[in-house]
Amino acid sequence: MNRIVERFARLSREGKKGFVAYIGAGDPQLAATRRLALAFDKAGVDVLELGVPFSDPLADGLVNQLAAQRGLESGTTPAKVLATVAAIRKTSQIPIVLYIYFNLIHRYGMEKFIRDAAQAGVDGMLTLDLPPEEAEVYEALMRKAGLCNIYLIAPTTPNDRMELIAKRCAGFIYYVSREGVTGMQTEVADTISQMTKKIRAHTTLPVAVGFGISTPAQAKAVAASADAVVVGSAIVNQIALCGRGPDLVPRVTKFVKSLVQAVKKS
Amino acid sequence: MSSIAAKKVPDAFGHFGRYGGRYVPETLMHPLQQLEDEYARAQQDPEFQRDYDYYLKEFCGRPTPLYFAERLTRELGGAKIYLKREDLLHTGAHKINNCVGQILLAKRMGKTRIIAETGAGQHGVATATVAAMFGFECVVYMGAVDCERQELNVFRMKMLGAEVVPVKAGQQTLKEAINEAMRDWVTNVRTTHYILGTAYGAHPYPLMVRNFQRVIGDEARQQILEKEKRLPDLLVACVGGGSNALGLFYPFIEDESVRMVGVEAGGKGIRAGKHAARFQGGSLGVLQGTRSYLLQDKSGQIQLTHSISAGLDYAAVGPEHAWLRDQKRVDYTYATDKHALEAFMKLARLEGIIPALESAHAIAEVIVRAPKLGKDCLVIINLSGRGDKDVSQVATKLNL
Repeated sequence: MNRIVERFARLSREGKKGFVAYIGAGDPQLAATRRLALAFDKAGVDVLELGVPFSDPLADGLVNQLAAQRGLESGTTPAKVLATVAAIRKTSQIPIVLYIYFNLIHRYGMEKFIRDAAQAGVDGMLTLDLPPEEAEVYEALMRKAGLCNIYLIAPTTPNDRMELIAKRCAGFIYYVSREGVTGMQTEVADTISQMTKKIRAHTTLPVAVGFGISTPAQAKAVAASADAVVVGSAIVNQIALCGRGPDLVPRVTKFVKSLVQAVKKS
Repeated sequence: MSSIAAKKVPDAFGHFGRYGGRYVPETLMHPLQQLEDEYARAQQDPEFQRDYDYYLKEFCGRPTPLYFAERLTRELGGAKIYLKREDLLHTGAHKINNCVGQILLAKRMGKTRIIAETGAGQHGVATATVAAMFGFECVVYMGAVDCERQELNVFRMKMLGAEVVPVKAGQQTLKEAINEAMRDWVTNVRTTHYILGTAYGAHPYPLMVRNFQRVIGDEARQQILEKEKRLPDLLVACVGGGSNALGLFYPFIEDESVRMVGVEAGGKGIRAGKHAARFQGGSLGVLQGTRSYLLQDKSGQIQLTHSISAGLDYAAVGPEHAWLRDQKRVDYTYATDKHALEAFMKLARLEGIIPALESAHAIAEVIVRAPKLGKDCLVIINLSGRGDKDVSQVATKLNL
């Protein structure tokens, strides 16, 4: 069974909420990405979302743009990200989602990329700029490879579109909790519980909520109306602060642990 | 060429064959659908058409002349050359045609805030102008490098009441300005309309911008028929995103006898990072909402570009151009910085017209071609903008 599906089934059985951690692959280098992944697994992270660095990340705020830039500067390519996933898989079964811009897949060759990703041990992909309308072939290839095709739902998504997306999504639905790019916010949107309710009217898939969540208290609050909470920029920001220093992994993992605990206690 | 008309592009999802489409984050999918629907309603609304025509005529100064470039023609010794004088429009370039159309749409949609990207600053100035005239708040994103090399236009935008945001990411030119404009749009989409300045981006932009620019070709067609009693043999225009070229070409697309050439920016020559000629060094990819030809590396990262003209200095080309090239309906070539500069000076000295550096690329191509064509051959160049914005850059380059 796909590791994402399996993990959410387990969380549901145990009555627990999930925690999804996002980091930029290759930031500050791929060796650190591997060590962070293994440490996150031990810290109780349910899904690792790995951003594949792209030169033009138009859905990302400044923190993740800079992470992508550091990733590119350390020589990270889509092929090397897959090799890193394969290296993580030698000792860890943490579910892994690639957060990626479509041009990288397109350039690699869609069929080959999806096949190689599955072989490396990737469990799902969130292709930021590939909506269902353009994704017929992609979805078929993803199904064939056993990968979860994760779609976003946004506050601007109308009801009939939610239904379409829910039908064509697999693994979990990612609800973008506010209009905007990725990034930390001091307050989380108060419409989250209404929207997750609306989404659940169309699907039995778990709903993960992300964009703008940056503290344990916010994570806990969001977990009340979601099946899982996604934190990205706040973790990436910790990585940026540590840079290539020796305490990168313990310091970032300590922060991640505080988020995991907040979500698990809710 | 009847096959072109029969091939009805774009399809309902904005695909020009394998190009085009709508590749954007989910937050923008519904707003783009709303824009498409509103544009479709506006096209059926005689009042919208009347307003659009009114402002083009009374505010922008249309129709623009189709001017016989007598001395350039004589100097080159071949084809008879006409200039479509978009440089005479209010704000100094063809960009305002599209801005008038889109601001009227924004008004219909009840938006209160306008954003735009700009390269050379011509689209930014045109956007700031219509925003001022209709009383909209306006923010223009412009690469920091472009702000410097087109400083005059930065001042113009500020005087018109727009906020100009210099974008410092990446190579600090047009591509980064579009990224930043899209980030703003994703964040403020409920109140804001994004006036994209070229025939690029997610559907319906490539179709809509081309249609707002086709007035150039519609006029030119009528004018050449009046002056010469026949269709032209060759149309030439520069291609950045490609809106001025499509504007001129589109009304002639079914006239088989009319050949068309799009001129890209050859920069310092066709070597990676030194040019912006997507049909020379590019390959198929997806960037900023659409599928088209791009300059990218083997991993799919977008490459650096270079052109002396900020308006052509961009890594991707409009999807309809990629399609027209596949159909062999339009030929694409390039002019280098050096040739564009020579053409810039030649037009100034021979015709008393200082062209935009963008448009100078089209002139450069005609300087090569015209002598080889017969005297009975009719050529129309789209003189898409005037060169006031470029004078300090050119003066420095040429030590004037």
